[in-house]
Amino acid sequence: MEYAWLAIGLPLLGSIINGIFGRFLPKKVVGWVACSAVGASFIVSLLVFLKMLGLAEDGRHIVSTLYTWLDSGGFRADMAILIDALSVTMMLVVTGVGLLIHIYSTGYMADDEGFSRFFAYMNLFVGSMLLLVMAENFVLLFVGWELVGICSYLLISFWYEKPSAAAAGRKAFITTRIGDVGFTLGVVLIVTTVGTASYDAVFGRIIGVGSGTAAAIALLLFAGAVGKSAQLPLHVWLPDAMEGPTPVSALIHAATMVTAGVYLIVRAAPIFAQAPWVLALAAGIGAATALFAATAALVENDIKRVLAYSTISQIGLMFLAVGAGAFAAGMFHLVTHAFFKSLLFLGAGSVMHALAGNTDLRKMGGLAKKMRATYAVMVIGALAMAGIFPLSGFFSKEAVFAGVFEAPFFGRVMYAAGMAVSVLTAFYIFRLIYKAFHGEARMDEESWQHVHESPKSMIIPMLLLALGAICIGWIGLPSQIGETAIAGRNVFEEFLRGSVSAAVFGHEAISQWWMVAAALGAGLLGIFAAWCCFVRFKGITGVLVRKFAGVYAMLVSVFWIDWAYERIFVRAGKALAVFVAQKVDVGIIDGAVNGIAGCVGSVSVMLSRVQTGYMRSYALAILAGAVVVVGYALFILK
Amino acid sequence: MTAELVVFVTMGAVAAVTAAAVVISKNAVHAVIYLVINLFAIAVLYLALSAQLVAFLQILIYAGAIMVLFLFTVMMLNMTGAIEMTDDKLSKQKPLALMLGLLLIAEVVVGAVGLLNQPSAVAIGEGFGSAKEVGNRLFFGYLLPFEITSILLLAAIVGSVVLARRKDDD
Amino acid sequence: MLPVGYYIALSAFIFVTGAVGVLVRRNPIIMLMCIELMLNAGNLVLIAFSRQNASMDGHVFVFIVITAAAAEAAVGLGIIVAVFRQKSGDIDMDKLSEMKG
Repeated sequence: MEYAWLAIGLPLLGSIINGIFGRFLPKKVVGWVACSAVGASFIVSLLVFLKMLGLAEDGRHIVSTLYTWLDSGGFRADMAILIDALSVTMMLVVTGVGLLIHIYSTGYMADDEGFSRFFAYMNLFVGSMLLLVMAENFVLLFVGWELVGICSYLLISFWYEKPSAAAAGRKAFITTRIGDVGFTLGVVLIVTTVGTASYDAVFGRIIGVGSGTAAAIALLLFAGAVGKSAQLPLHVWLPDAMEGPTPVSALIHAATMVTAGVYLIVRAAPIFAQAPWVLALAAGIGAATALFAATAALVENDIKRVLAYSTISQIGLMFLAVGAGAFAAGMFHLVTHAFFKSLLFLGAGSVMHALAGNTDLRKMGGLAKKMRATYAVMVIGALAMAGIFPLSGFFSKEAVFAGVFEAPFFGRVMYAAGMAVSVLTAFYIFRLIYKAFHGEARMDEESWQHVHESPKSMIIPMLLLALGAICIGWIGLPSQIGETAIAGRNVFEEFLRGSVSAAVFGHEAISQWWMVAAALGAGLLGIFAAWCCFVRFKGITGVLVRKFAGVYAMLVSVFWIDWAYERIFVRAGKALAVFVAQKVDVGIIDGAVNGIAGCVGSVSVMLSRVQTGYMRSYALAILAGAVVVVGYALFILK
Repeated sequence: MTAELVVFVTMGAVAAVTAAAVVISKNAVHAVIYLVINLFAIAVLYLALSAQLVAFLQILIYAGAIMVLFLFTVMMLNMTGAIEMTDDKLSKQKPLALMLGLLLIAEVVVGAVGLLNQPSAVAIGEGFGSAKEVGNRLFFGYLLPFEITSILLLAAIVGSVVLARRKDDD
Repeated sequence: MLPVGYYIALSAFIFVTGAVGVLVRRNPIIMLMCIELMLNAGNLVLIAFSRQNASMDGHVFVFIVITAAAAEAAVGLGIIVAVFRQKSGDIDMDKLSEMKG
């Protein structure tokens, strides 16, 4: 299975080539290099997947070691990858969706000066993400974790001359850093208590570790997941991260990097199983975030920010699922979300491309007439997200809710929250669709003339993603609903069973017919409400906004969280930095150094007064010394 | 009241007084004369201590040659006056010097004289202090220092010639 | 022989007188003479102890000291002559403070 390393190596190679030689190569070559690197990686992932299918269920666990990386004292960490069902799933998602997005980017970024730089970063990201999901030990996972953080920073502030982009990149990096501190401490704690970082060894020995320590480890790892996946309270960076180019938002901030937190929890499930309350916390935070972000998306006017909050909300649902112990359901939703969310982002990019960079929903409208393909794929993506049968979102959401309902702690409450989120999700995504594509054009005449469909390089990946959004659901058909057995099998869950313990809490999640109906109903209700507000009775929203002005203000400012963070943390941080720079660095440290130099100077001036130039004073000194020596010799030495 | 004690007291007094006079006198020529008398007194004390050769050497070389040299220089440079009339820049020098001097004397007297137990003198042989004995010791024990001293004299000769010549003739 | 302590005391007195003289006087010739005084005091003690211990080493030492004193006086006077040749009248040692600082 050594060729699996190529999956990581080829994108890194592509990144190096584009990074160093990119500006001397024509754009076509750069695009080809980048896309073929990811494409080759995808082929490798497919080959690995096919090989996995051929193995028996308990044989789907292969470790491939390249070399021993760290070996000091008793601690050892190898450059090794683990190929099992979970990592293969992530590999396919990352490389597959990544490939389509790379192809899309060749069209989207065609006019940009930093074309080769963009693709160098994107390839680097794909390589790093693969390293993250394929790592065999926590140390290598950490390396991948940090690398994707760097790539995210580089790509968010891609147009670095824009101050808002640079600020957004910094915000993203710093906020995820806070979570990463927890993550680092968690890894350190693992190594100190268990003595190794390798997954197999850690999960084998974790039962012997005290429950308090295991809970601490789980909590720390969870902190890292919260930061990376933009959950409460570290969610603030994701909406601002939309400053980056749209393909970046699609790849990193929808499909892959932000799901790394979910991956981490599923991967480290044996650790979390030792401290179930941390899983309960994860579920709680997931539910709260999902609800909170959905409400924020209701009032956003920037098309990309709506999708950003939507991402936060959907990942909240994933956290809810894994927190309730339904790991397979959470992963399933991760896969389907990757498809329809990146599809929505690419569609938004297509709209922005047509409107010359405009992202304000209030200035769009009526685009459906002129951009048929984009409109079609966006609707497909929206339907998938709303959970409408028979698209993929329906099946994944249904699996999530089935798992949540049976959860041992607050299962019913979380289920109710999830239902509310479904309604809101459907509402806001169709709000977006109606505002952007339906009705009259709210932009000026010149822009309207400029509206055109996007080139083939952008349309074709979107079509392929739409296909995925429609079809991918069929791998996760529930095996039975209620008492009725369905013809299908939950192939996905079976595939994962080798590596993911689906039954942490010892119960099987079986969905009931009424749950299916409720899920479908929630989605349809949301769509209907949106249709009412934005198509049929256009005035309702205005009335609602005026009546509930306070609530509206709260939602628009996202519960004043950003405002609070700015006041509390950012200003304090700046004040501290200024203090240290001026008082401590200049005053104390420089002062000490200069002071010593000054002291030396003045002491030497004082001492130089001894050299009077008068011979007699020298003679006096000699005599004084002689007196001392004679006294010493006569009285002390005897 | 042995003869030795009488000699010591008289010559010692002379030596002490003239030493003080050298330091105190304002006239340089007077100071030279006082020093000559001091050297003579010391020579007599040497004789009392059976150091005949050294006593003669003292008179011949020290009083005879060196002091004459001093006198020549004083006369040549006409330094007879007293500079001490002008202001002393180092005003603290005198009291400090006196204090240190007293301290040193006290140290030596208390330490060396008071604290050392002094055994009686060892008996000496017949030719003690004679030229023959000194020569014996010098050439059979201290030959190397003797040779080095001759080099020292050579250096001194060359040095003084170089120092004293005029600048215009090369 | 008298107790050696007497000679030590006398020698100490002459030595200290010479030392104080070097410090207090400003005429270079007189300073040199005070140095000779100190050398003399040292010689006296050497001879006294040589007599005390019946050893000729002291005499040899004094012999060489006298030689060295002669050489030193010659050179010292040469310096005085060389440096102060231009000045007539009296010379003040305190005025030679070019090595100051």
